[in-house]
Amino acid sequence: MTGTAFGSPIVRRTASLLVPLVQLFALYVLFFGQYGPGGGFVAGVLFAASIVLGLLVFGTASPMGVRARRLLSADGGGLALFVAVGGLGLIGGGEFLNYSEMPVPGLEGASRRYAGILATQLGVAMDVAVAAVSIVFSLSRELLDGGSDD
Amino acid sequence: MTYSFELPLLVLLLLTAGGAILVKDLISAVLLLGVYSFFLSLVWAWLGAADVAFVEAVVGAGLATVFFLLTLFRTAPEDTHIRRHPPPIPAVVALPLLGLLLLYAANDLPAFGDLASPASTHVSPRYLEHSIAETRTPNVVTAVLMDYRALDTLVETVVVFTSGIACWLLLRRDPR
Repeated sequence: MTGTAFGSPIVRRTASLLVPLVQLFALYVLFFGQYGPGGGFVAGVLFAASIVLGLLVFGTASPMGVRARRLLSADGGGLALFVAVGGLGLIGGGEFLNYSEMPVPGLEGASRRYAGILATQLGVAMDVAVAAVSIVFSLSRELLDGGSDD
Repeated sequence: MTYSFELPLLVLLLLTAGGAILVKDLISAVLLLGVYSFFLSLVWAWLGAADVAFVEAVVGAGLATVFFLLTLFRTAPEDTHIRRHPPPIPAVVALPLLGLLLLYAANDLPAFGDLASPASTHVSPRYLEHSIAETRTPNVVTAVLMDYRALDTLVETVVVFTSGIACWLLLRRDPR
């Protein structure tokens, strides 16, 4: 059994159009979260939703499924990025998560905080996306890859 | 103030919530819950909470529905059809009274958008006035979440990470 790839060409075509579109929108939400609604959490969840759609339609044996499985090895990476950015504030002589003390050359206090917000949002997005995809993999083992080993 | 939009939305919310509780088939209940989340996201958008509406639409109506459905597919068919027992008499008496009590208490809540309410006099003026100068971030919600309250967000991120790991540990049964 190589996953429950969906047979209908309408569903497959729609999904193959929708998945990159949603991923692009997730990136927009991530990088414009400082100017409009959105931010790291929503971006991560949107990205995960696009991957889950691909997994449900194409199955885990498809190239998309293989890529999604590779994504799981980034588990914890987003959290590590968040903590690392917070720790940079400590290294610069401030408090933990005080972005304005980050030792980043060429940036002033407010711009450093802007950069810190952007970096931590990236971390949150990575963490949320990987966690959601990993929950789907955990829940759907028999469904998606027929209960075989990794 | 007219209620042309709120009232149908509230009725739809109550209908979908009641339907999700009363319907016998669990898959129908999950789908009704997704519809409920979608209407709830409309309510958030109506109240001006665009960020919350966004999350509610994606998580409540999208991902949570997928999680529930995948869980149901792994359970036996006899588990997804539930035989409901009639509720006990004390609950039938007490719960409506509790609801009335809550409605009575809701009279004392500050009006929507009240500038003198505790929520808008404590720290939020400080954030609203200084966030652009201090963080160059026009979206105050993002500035509060990611900078002023970054430790809260960090711990929330830890919670999300832990939930992913916990699902993995509980549900992955490696044959080796």
